[in-house]
Amino acid sequence: MSDSVRSAPATPPTSAPAAAPDTAKVTRSRGDAEEHLRGSASPRDPLAAPSEDRAAIPTWVKGLAPLALLAGLVVVFFRFGPIGVFRQAFPPVEELTIERITLPEPGLLEVRVVNGGPEPVTVAQVLVDEAAWQHTLDGDRTIGRLERRTIRLRYPWVEGEPHEVTLVSRTGLTFSGAIEVATRTPAANARYLTTFALLGVYAGVIPVFLGLLWFPFLRSIPRRWLDFFLSLTMGLLVFLGVDALAEALETSALVAGAFQGLALVLLGLLGTPLALAAVGEWRAVRRRARSALYVAGLIALGIGLHNLGEGLAIGTAYTSGEIALGTFLVVGFLLHNSTEGLGIVAPLAVERPRLRQLVLLGAVAGVPTVFGTWIGAFGYSPLWTTLFFAIGAGAIAQVVYELWRLFGRTATGGLAAPLNVAGLLMGLLLMYLTGLILPA
Amino acid sequence: MLENDSGRPILPGDEGARAGEVVAGAGAARLTRRDLIKAGALGAAGLAAGGGALAFRPRQLAELPAGQAPAHGPHEHLATVGEIQPGGFDPTAFLTHFDAGRVSRLPNGQTLREFEMVAVDREIEVAAGVFFPAWTYNGQVPGPTIRCTEGDRVRVRFVNAGTHPHTIHFHGIHAANQDGAFESVEPGQTFVYEFDAEPFGLHLYHCHSVPLKRHIHKGLYGVFLIDPRQGRPPARELVMVMNGFDTNFDGENEVYSVNTVAFHYQKHPIPLRRDELTRVYLINMTEFDLINSLHLHGNFFRLYRTGTDLERYEWTDTIMLCQGERAVLEFTFTHPGPFMFHAHQSEFAELGWIGIFDVKEPTHV
Repeated sequence: MSDSVRSAPATPPTSAPAAAPDTAKVTRSRGDAEEHLRGSASPRDPLAAPSEDRAAIPTWVKGLAPLALLAGLVVVFFRFGPIGVFRQAFPPVEELTIERITLPEPGLLEVRVVNGGPEPVTVAQVLVDEAAWQHTLDGDRTIGRLERRTIRLRYPWVEGEPHEVTLVSRTGLTFSGAIEVATRTPAANARYLTTFALLGVYAGVIPVFLGLLWFPFLRSIPRRWLDFFLSLTMGLLVFLGVDALAEALETSALVAGAFQGLALVLLGLLGTPLALAAVGEWRAVRRRARSALYVAGLIALGIGLHNLGEGLAIGTAYTSGEIALGTFLVVGFLLHNSTEGLGIVAPLAVERPRLRQLVLLGAVAGVPTVFGTWIGAFGYSPLWTTLFFAIGAGAIAQVVYELWRLFGRTATGGLAAPLNVAGLLMGLLLMYLTGLILPA
Repeated sequence: MLENDSGRPILPGDEGARAGEVVAGAGAARLTRRDLIKAGALGAAGLAAGGGALAFRPRQLAELPAGQAPAHGPHEHLATVGEIQPGGFDPTAFLTHFDAGRVSRLPNGQTLREFEMVAVDREIEVAAGVFFPAWTYNGQVPGPTIRCTEGDRVRVRFVNAGTHPHTIHFHGIHAANQDGAFESVEPGQTFVYEFDAEPFGLHLYHCHSVPLKRHIHKGLYGVFLIDPRQGRPPARELVMVMNGFDTNFDGENEVYSVNTVAFHYQKHPIPLRRDELTRVYLINMTEFDLINSLHLHGNFFRLYRTGTDLERYEWTDTIMLCQGERAVLEFTFTHPGPFMFHAHQSEFAELGWIGIFDVKEPTHV
């Protein structure tokens, strides 16, 4: 998929200059066509000939012919294209991305690096804090395109202090990665898995279920006020969606070039609502009404994906040594997320969901936080984080759209009614105020 | 830890230790060489307290580390990985390679020394596996060390086979039009510099084309040594040019060294003889940094600033030089073994400007 995206911008400069050496081929094919026309001119019914022709060429050939031509053109471009003129003058384009630096034990550094550039890169030397340091690689020093290596260094890192690792390539280019606060990276053992799971439960699962406890309250208030809370939910979700999109864009900058962080954001952001809409249509075709439970399920899913991202933030904050930040994050998310449960049950107030269904909704929204903390703590990667956040943002966008449609059918006075506008604004404000507790 | 038979450590004031005979008979006799090395950590005080029976031990201990102490020890992880490709520039050969030129005598009796210098673009290896697109004199960085005697006639035929205008600016006393500051030599052109070698001392030459920073940093510099008429005392002579390389062109050096290759003299210690006079011709050609320095371990050196005076300027173990500044260092090691020398800016040392003198007994060399 990414290949087709990448080749698209490369095509325009390709086709124009490559046309010159390709002329011979073009004229020959035109000659063939003329011959063919002459041959087909003789039959009695001239109109029948083209349709016969069309039938003679299988559809799959018609579909693949442009592709084959394109492939041929790419080969021609590489062999005879104008790029050869520049090749001598420019140093090779090198790009290495340090994805993660871990400190598995005192005196040991592990650097995970990926080549996201267009050409292979040779790691010649490694500097730590501006000192050339002995090291080993788990493979060849030359890292091919999209290949990964782990570099191990016996370096006496200092607890609580920052460090910097710099890779020096064969051509002398440097690629750096920082350790903000050095602290031993937790190993993925039972003790740490439990600890991080608990963090996720505190930050995501408990608050969501607490929020669900508003269900009896919502059932006992008048319809007008229920709409108020529904619009409040919409406000919450819009805030969360924008927040997730901002996070996705921020981490996308850390993704190695070849993996195209921005394209990943776009895929998640547009792909998710489109997929959810398709599921919705499929349900409609099967005559299963767009029930409130379905909307609540969608909301739970969107919030769950968003909470996965929050879990990632907590996990990475703890492992990157910013423990204070991690603690604040947990407390902040605890307050922040209790409003999310409200969002899930608000559209359900008019129905009679079973307890089992409520629990399931809470789990869908909350439990991903636990997986998020695990991924963040033990296998952080900017690529997956970007994708998760983008999917979360896309899912929330879809949920907001569904809520809007729900409003159009049922709400008193629609979304623009003063009370509903107030609810929406309240939702945004509530998120903003609880967000103040969160650091940065 | 040093222990006796009962497994108890022998410490000063220890009952067993005070009863010298007991220790000698039961404990000390079983000491192995390894124990002794470990005992080094205890210090001489602990051993001395061992009593008369142990009296022969400190002597052995003193001999051990001298010849056999590891050259690296706590420095084992601080270094580049691998070796530079063979067949290229050899920093070890450069240390002692002096180019005296083609020698003839002029009608007036003056010695004429003729040199050929060619500026060429060349990729050089500045640390194992790290290549730098250099501009060089005669294909090497630093350029060849030119050596003559005070009063000689020096004629340098300079061919610019590079891709940019270059010159050779010699430090020394000469005519304005031989200075290499204003006479730009375009690619493909030739220029002949001619002047008398004066004053005696340790000088340098370098390209004076603009931008200066780039022309010098890319490698166009070398040593111009003028010996005094009466000569200097015989010694083992070494040329050391402190330099650095900004491999990613961000205005800061990624590699520091003497004679170009980072960590070369740490990986290949320079052999010296005990009690033999060593003379180092030290020049700083480091770009981007204010100063560079040299610190000698386990010894002091006589310092002759710029080498233009035969009177010692100072007796020290550390010298600081600005870019273009130079000094002659003379020293004699009285102890055998490995001795470090390096920039006393820790950062420079850890990025490659570090080396080892391996001082051997005169009989061993």
